[in-house]
Amino acid sequence: MKHIKTIQTPCIKNTEGTGCGECQASCQSACKTSCTIANQTCKQEEK
Amino acid sequence: MIHAFKFKESYIAMDVESGAVHVLDKMAYDCITSENPYELPYRREEISEVLSEIEELKKAGALAAPAPEPFEIGDVETQPIKSMCLHVAHDCNLRCKYCFAGTGEYSGQRSLMSREVAKAALDFLMISSKNRHNLEVDFFGGEPLLNMDVVRFCVEYGRELEKKYNKKINFTMTTNGVALTDEISDWLNENMHNIVISLDGRREVHDSMRPTANGKSSYDITLQNAKKLIAKRGDGEYYIRGTYTCENLDFAEDVLELYRQGFKHISVEPVVLSEDSPYALKEEHLERIVAEYERLAEIITEDAKAGGDLHFFHFNIDLSHGPCLKRRVKGCGAGFEYVAISPTGEIYPCHQFVGDEDFRMGSVLSGEFNKKMQADFMKCSIFTKEKCRDCFAKYFCSGGCAANAQHYNGSIYKPHELTCAILKKRTECAIGIITELKGE
Repeated sequence: MKHIKTIQTPCIKNTEGTGCGECQASCQSACKTSCTIANQTCKQEEK
Repeated sequence: MIHAFKFKESYIAMDVESGAVHVLDKMAYDCITSENPYELPYRREEISEVLSEIEELKKAGALAAPAPEPFEIGDVETQPIKSMCLHVAHDCNLRCKYCFAGTGEYSGQRSLMSREVAKAALDFLMISSKNRHNLEVDFFGGEPLLNMDVVRFCVEYGRELEKKYNKKINFTMTTNGVALTDEISDWLNENMHNIVISLDGRREVHDSMRPTANGKSSYDITLQNAKKLIAKRGDGEYYIRGTYTCENLDFAEDVLELYRQGFKHISVEPVVLSEDSPYALKEEHLERIVAEYERLAEIITEDAKAGGDLHFFHFNIDLSHGPCLKRRVKGCGAGFEYVAISPTGEIYPCHQFVGDEDFRMGSVLSGEFNKKMQADFMKCSIFTKEKCRDCFAKYFCSGGCAANAQHYNGSIYKPHELTCAILKKRTECAIGIITELKGE
């Protein structure tokens, strides 16, 4: 493409097998006063 | 939904529902943000060319992807509780002026959690976590180092429970670092999955907000203790966590000072205080806050390009390995998969609700637990929060902090506007940094 460069293809997964709930609660990481989910890592991706 | 914005010299389009990110030239940016692209001052053939590229991406599901049909987060009868914040000490050796816990007391009396309560809390977690394997227990306060006997007991007992129930507990601690000794630091490094040490950045900023109980400076002791602990931490996770108030809206300087002191994993957070506090962040500060995040993002981009490794918590997003949709719609889990336990064993939806009797959910000693309140928190998702549905940042904050919503707007369903505005800017900055670095 000449005018648009994709740097990230679709990445929000909603397929079967997702939603296992094994990932970290966001507030347990570093904030404790706000909420950022997107910087958590998927536990299935870690494997 | 498409969110197009400018970061430094880059034009960026986020496809909100799919998570795709695109870099645009100026013409594509103008076309994507225009209701009538053919009225733009470009040649018709060029506009057609851009529009055909946009169509191609739409067909590939990478632009204007449809929003999912709202779905139930789960069934309260089968919902596991997997994370616990253990308030082992409602007491503190600092008297921070912005403390949401009333300098450690949480509207109650200064107190320490007993072994009996700690044991009951971990037993409650084992049963309540049902089939979840990975669990989290954060030692919090007040100041958890004031009750190291119970912290050590919990880890020892938790390791027994892991074997008995085939679970993995990641213990973490949030501490001010003042009472760290070499022995305690070594033990924490060995046993804590993550350690968060509170240090606000520049000496004068830290000391103006975080005096000791007798009114003295806590900067040197915190800094030296944090440095010693992290020097021996190896690859273990840690964050140096600061707080900014309206008195240091130039908080990028605090991030940089922490980086200069040798820390690489840094989180500097907006203070949570009601508007009548002299240190509160208000609407009038927003323009300055937004500009400061942009400045920080530019600094971090340049640092990364030069080979640096400054990791700022809220900009630290890995797009391709992030959480799934089901995780992103349901928020932080407060009240339904995450709870906080007071020193006397009372259960609350999260640490920020502790001491608020309207949000007492039960007790780990009696086993009583308010399923109705758990269900109320479970229902609180980006599908049910009106302001979240059309927000481009909804999959990044997941609807924001329930406690902030309750404390500022009187409902866990009404996100705090200023917090939302800050989150949106942080999201743009995080995507902007990724875009700049991928373009290298």
